[in-house]
Amino acid sequence: MDPEKKRKIRLVVALSAAVLLATALVYTSFSASTEAKSPSELLADAPAGSVEAYGKVVSEETMPDGSREFVIADPEDASATVPVTYEGQVPDPFREGRDVIVTGEMVNGTLVAEKDTLITKCPSKFSDEAEDDPNIVIDDSL
Amino acid sequence: MSNFSIDFGLACLIGALVAFAFGAGAGIYGGVKADRRWVDSARRAVYAAAALLIVCVVTLEAAFLRSDFSLALVADHSSTTTPTLYKMTALWGSQGGSLLLWAFVLSIASSGVLFATRHKHREVVPWATAVLCGLGLFFCGLMLLAGGANPFERMSPVPAEGLGLNPLLRHPAMAIHPPMLYSGYVLFSIPFAFAIGALIARRLDASWIRSTRRFALLAWIFLSVGILLGAGWSYVELGWGGYWGWDPVENASLMPWLVGTAFLHSIMVQERRGMLKVWNVSLICATFALALLGTFLVRSGILQSIHAFGESTVGTPLLVLIAVVLGGSTALIVSRLSYLRAERRVESMASREAVFLVNNVLLVGLAVIVFWGTFFPLISEAITGERSTLAGPWFDRYVTPLAILLVLFTGIGPLLAWRKISAGRALRLFGPPTAFAGVVLVALLLFTESASEPGALVMFTCAAFAFAGLVGEFVRGASAQRALTGGAWPVSLGRVVVRNRRRYGGYIVHTGIILAFVSIAASSSFQDSDDVRMLPGDSTNVGDYELTYVQPTAFRDLEEQRLTFGSIVEVRRDGELVETLTPSRNYYSSSSAGTVRSFFEGEATSEVGRSGGAGEDFWTAMRPDLTEPAIDELITTSDREIDRLLIPEELPDPSTPGGQAEMRQIAEARSVAQGQIITELQERFEDGQIPVDFRINVNPLVIWIWIGGAIAVIGGLIAAWPTPPARRRRVSDVYAARLAKDLNRA
Repeated sequence: MDPEKKRKIRLVVALSAAVLLATALVYTSFSASTEAKSPSELLADAPAGSVEAYGKVVSEETMPDGSREFVIADPEDASATVPVTYEGQVPDPFREGRDVIVTGEMVNGTLVAEKDTLITKCPSKFSDEAEDDPNIVIDDSL
Repeated sequence: MSNFSIDFGLACLIGALVAFAFGAGAGIYGGVKADRRWVDSARRAVYAAAALLIVCVVTLEAAFLRSDFSLALVADHSSTTTPTLYKMTALWGSQGGSLLLWAFVLSIASSGVLFATRHKHREVVPWATAVLCGLGLFFCGLMLLAGGANPFERMSPVPAEGLGLNPLLRHPAMAIHPPMLYSGYVLFSIPFAFAIGALIARRLDASWIRSTRRFALLAWIFLSVGILLGAGWSYVELGWGGYWGWDPVENASLMPWLVGTAFLHSIMVQERRGMLKVWNVSLICATFALALLGTFLVRSGILQSIHAFGESTVGTPLLVLIAVVLGGSTALIVSRLSYLRAERRVESMASREAVFLVNNVLLVGLAVIVFWGTFFPLISEAITGERSTLAGPWFDRYVTPLAILLVLFTGIGPLLAWRKISAGRALRLFGPPTAFAGVVLVALLLFTESASEPGALVMFTCAAFAFAGLVGEFVRGASAQRALTGGAWPVSLGRVVVRNRRRYGGYIVHTGIILAFVSIAASSSFQDSDDVRMLPGDSTNVGDYELTYVQPTAFRDLEEQRLTFGSIVEVRRDGELVETLTPSRNYYSSSSAGTVRSFFEGEATSEVGRSGGAGEDFWTAMRPDLTEPAIDELITTSDREIDRLLIPEELPDPSTPGGQAEMRQIAEARSVAQGQIITELQERFEDGQIPVDFRINVNPLVIWIWIGGAIAVIGGLIAAWPTPPARRRRVSDVYAARLAKDLNRA
């Protein structure tokens, strides 16, 4: 075969493969993705199926069976809160006041989380949290 | 004294900015006028900037060492009780400090490459100098002009004590992980600058590649070490037992690594065959843009990440820089397309260059997938208005097959010759590795349960093929050397590696990467894991192991304000004691307010209990349940009691010396009372009244990720090691002879 033609065929085959793969990528990512919602959005319109909720932990409690219940509040609007029940591993930085991301389903106003989906944001060296200031000796306990 | 040194440091930073600005201008002027004197001057400006930035870094390090809290950087990231190692490494914990680190590494690397090329590439170097100076100018300008990014910012009034370092980050791996990643990112700017220089000067042969190849390789090594350290820290410190979570910031370091790896391979094709020129300049521009994007992702907070670095002032300027880099380099490449024509074409798909091309497509494909998955929240928001995210399984679905293909082609590539290979020779070369892979496949099917995980099974088989191919290459090289010079096998092997560092260094990198891939496949597919709540005396089985929670332990460190609840656990296999482990959990007080609660509101870190060797890693982390009602009540009532007893009606005025002394007395009394409650808590814990949640993982082969990584890094160093001048001369004599022959023929 004429080499020019062979090159063209190769190019067409490679491009079609790339287009096919890209289509698969786009298609599966939309079907495999979970919506990310804040507590206010969850309260306004609880979607059916899996959802990723993010917010600040305002209270936490461990149940006798080792599962956890905690409440997350909207980072923008602290009055909007959603209770979460969770089972599985809990990252080290998890505690009240931390920003978390957790995936689950809304059941009767409670987010029933999937096992091991809790992500807690690391407060890094970059964030300056006033509450960590050791110079405030008395104030924050009053 | 300290004031003077800080002012002096700031002056040096401004000096570096001026030097970079001059260097950029002089480089461009020298390039346009083709005037060597201006270019020499620009190069010397880079040396000057490097010297000034060294002074800046030394000044800041000295301020950290003497705990000079008049500097906001020191007060925010260090304290008098911070261990010396972490005082020294706290510099890059801050935004200003890490920008300084960026400019500092850039100036040192630029000085190195400009010194090495001072008599070479007269057309390219002026523009490369200008690009490097432009980048230096950008980062120095960012420190001085963007709010909150100046490392020399003062603190007023001067606090008596600094905030110290986040306990999670008090780990040696975390101390050197950021500068490794940064150095990797920054070093990619050297080949990028020379590529831009070559494009502007229209000198698009392989000379810019030859001069900067080592920098690209060093960048790759630094990036690899940074990624490995981050993964290792996550595994031993974070208490979740994983090493990779497809988090945006992790992905941000992986993307330039993938595209950089593709670049390191495809430049060989340009050097040897004069092909892939557009591809190479595009790859290095993409790598550098991705390195900048990594910095941007860490700083901007636009994506939800485990690394919540918070809003920052440098996000927008960085985004503008990325846009300039992408837009500028695309325009340049398009305008120079006629100079970037390949000198030859791929003659056969069964050639090394064709396989390199496939390997490049795979690596870039991986980068595209990681990019898509990482930015999917933004992409989906733009398209549907809903922000959606993709989790680990989505990434795994795409990355696994591509990683398998990558390992397979890692095995095929080195066996093929440049240009084309005859069928007979291919059969001879591919026969033994294919047979070995077949034997391994059969053995795995017969003696292990890997058939249950087809992905892992295919990965192991491909790895066996690639590994056998590499062994064959070493054997062939050593026996050829032996036939030439005689001597023992190991000597010949050593000699052939030293003689051919680039090639065999590359093979050593391949060996390490294959090992790492195998252990990633094994540890992610065949992990046994369980979460169990236990009281002292309880036992549980995970995999082939039995874990017995023998005894709780408790300890309070007054100086560090740390409370440690630990456990002694015995690990048995087939009834026999394998090891006694002591996983524990540290609670750091969130304030010196003297409440017991403050310990459980502060940072907590896990000390993981690990036992294992080459085969399996037994991993366990523990977490006492302090939300038990009885314990919770003890903490609440005792804190209330401490407040009632020990806080006077009227607080003393801390601005007077008398008031300060009184405050100190109150704090001490509270600390004593707190100590009593904590002793009670400790006793209850040691009595076994507090249940403990254990997470137990049995990870097969996991240690090989880091052993493989270390082998790859050593291989990279061997490949980057300079060739002795005498040998280089011999090689160039050979080239000259060949060239003369070719010219005569033509």
